[in-house]
Amino acid sequence: MSTSSTSHATPRETTEGTVYTVTGGDWDEVVEAAAKTDDERIVVNMGPQHPSTHGVLRLILEIDGETVTEARCGIGYLHTGIEKNLEYRTWTQGTTFVTRMDYLTPFFNETAYCLAVEKLLGIQDDIPDRATIIRVLLMELNRLSSHLVCIATGGMELGATTIMIYGFRDRELVLDIYELITGLRMNHAFVRPGGLAQDLPPGAVDQVRAFVKKMRKNLTEYDKLATGNPVFKGRMQGIGYLDLAGCLATGATGPVLRSAGLPHDLRKSDPYCGYETYDFEVPTTDTCDAYGRFLLRLEEMRQSLRIVEQCLDRLEPGPVMVGDKKIAWPAQLALGPDGLGNSLDHIKKIMGTSMEALIHHFKLVTEGFRVPPGQAYVAVESPKGELGVHAVSDGGTRPYRVHFRDPSFTNLQAMAAMCEGGQVADVIVAVASIDPVMGGVDR
Amino acid sequence: MSDPDKSTHGTGANGVNPDKDLNAQNLPGQRGDQGEVIGVRRGMFGANNGGDTSGYGGLVRTVRLPGATSRPYGGWFDEVADELEGALEEQGLVPENVIEKTVVDRGELTFHIEREYLPVVAKTLRDDPALRFELCTGVSAVHFPGDKGRELHAVYHLRSITHTRLIRLEVSAPDGDPHIPSVVSVYPTNDWHEREVYDFFGLIFDGHPALTRIMMPDDWQGFPQRKDYPLGGIPVEYKGAQIPAPDQRRSYS
Repeated sequence: MSTSSTSHATPRETTEGTVYTVTGGDWDEVVEAAAKTDDERIVVNMGPQHPSTHGVLRLILEIDGETVTEARCGIGYLHTGIEKNLEYRTWTQGTTFVTRMDYLTPFFNETAYCLAVEKLLGIQDDIPDRATIIRVLLMELNRLSSHLVCIATGGMELGATTIMIYGFRDRELVLDIYELITGLRMNHAFVRPGGLAQDLPPGAVDQVRAFVKKMRKNLTEYDKLATGNPVFKGRMQGIGYLDLAGCLATGATGPVLRSAGLPHDLRKSDPYCGYETYDFEVPTTDTCDAYGRFLLRLEEMRQSLRIVEQCLDRLEPGPVMVGDKKIAWPAQLALGPDGLGNSLDHIKKIMGTSMEALIHHFKLVTEGFRVPPGQAYVAVESPKGELGVHAVSDGGTRPYRVHFRDPSFTNLQAMAAMCEGGQVADVIVAVASIDPVMGGVDR
Repeated sequence: MSDPDKSTHGTGANGVNPDKDLNAQNLPGQRGDQGEVIGVRRGMFGANNGGDTSGYGGLVRTVRLPGATSRPYGGWFDEVADELEGALEEQGLVPENVIEKTVVDRGELTFHIEREYLPVVAKTLRDDPALRFELCTGVSAVHFPGDKGRELHAVYHLRSITHTRLIRLEVSAPDGDPHIPSVVSVYPTNDWHEREVYDFFGLIFDGHPALTRIMMPDDWQGFPQRKDYPLGGIPVEYKGAQIPAPDQRRSYS
């Protein structure tokens, strides 16, 4: 045993053996030396398989002790080539693909895509009012379900599992409505170029009304549980800070931008689907942090409920698909013993009575419709921000190119600015406050 | 976007709904002989090796995108164009050299910009108080293999929150020299967007801080969203029938 003079753990012999007494008088020196050699500086790879990175997001963090000095994103793990695939399907089949991009906001993807196709066709003014109102209704319900997932998973990542249970409980109510209306809980492909696949089923309006009433009550529980909770506030306030200049530079939109105090909402500034006729407010905060974004999402859900109610009041019987039979597909669906399909009446008509109708049906289903050449850009305010669709046609029956400007993709760029200089644990909070969905980021 | 003229909402270049335009040639999706030719489609069913015996094999359809529009453009479009031209002149540039052409179609304003001037134009659009396009919504690209000498188009959408306006910039580059100056220095948000376009189209953005692949693996060969890049896929059996891969199925040219 060597007892060097620099050692502060001096040994002393006892009957039980050698005993070392650690005095620890030089810890300041030790820490200083460690800081000089940079031994504490390590690179941590978080993800792509990590429960709190929101899907397959990979974060590469360079940390010095508990401080993040550099944060980078690795994305692309969920790239499925949807934009390329669209070029090999008809314009109508496109909705089946785009609904799978950001899988938490399917109705926004579908509506944005269909609005772009309708703009290319020049038929915006021919879309029936009922179809537009139901689109708004579904989008606002979708805003609720998306924000609920954001709040639920964000809470879970902080360890607040109760909020997670509450969020998914309420989201389930929204999904039940989706299931009633479209038949599916996600990946609906319900909004089609020209209108909707189907009208609302009987009982849908009553169920939505009951939901609005229940949801108004449930929303107060989030306030009681989280808004004033000191632990919750302690974890969220001042975390994920991004001011207005940072938001505009990184192109961040949606709750991230509005948490910096700018009331920019495309529903107000560039209205589509008749949003200018609805009565609602665009909430903002000036805290620029994760807590502000949480409060915004809660308030946006309340505003969405207001819009949903107005939609219900406006619904009047009428068609839900454009009158032009060369575009309107599917137009005559009915539920059969083997699921949803062309109604027997329609089949009887085209097979038995009208050869012209059969030819039209065949052409529409196999070939689709042609869209005049040109390009169009349509943007909608998705729960995450500006969801833009750039659609190009070469006059054919298939999209020549469709590009989605997904808000998750753009907002995720702000991650580094929010996280660098903060603590490792706060990275999770910052990322959760951006609410990225990798299906939308990678497409 | 505040639409300058609601009555022309959803109409074509000549102010008429293209579907109802009597002057258009009587072919679906065809618009007369104005516009910019970007390709020619032959036949009807995508077969171009003599396999099309339907009688449609001889069909020739020229693809024309909406061409240059002459003034007045209508509404605030003229104001933006005037301000942009004025601001460029102040910087000692000749607007005709910078702006190739201006297209107004479907209620949208597009400036086709010579690629070397893109960063100057972007900076002007962002900083001029009368223009103030603060938000760039990224860059998208389109590959037109038939548009010789300008096969690759990069498309930028700029949004002005101050004036609630939206415009489009379009820049083209030939396949042989796929270079476009980066605008990351003006709009940092385009960092990832330019990486994405590089990844999928092989457009090289000169001056980008780190132009690497973003979606595809780093060692991927080729640029998947170019038109000559196959979609791929395998035939699938469904109820006893072989369904060919999507890019092998019948298509309507």
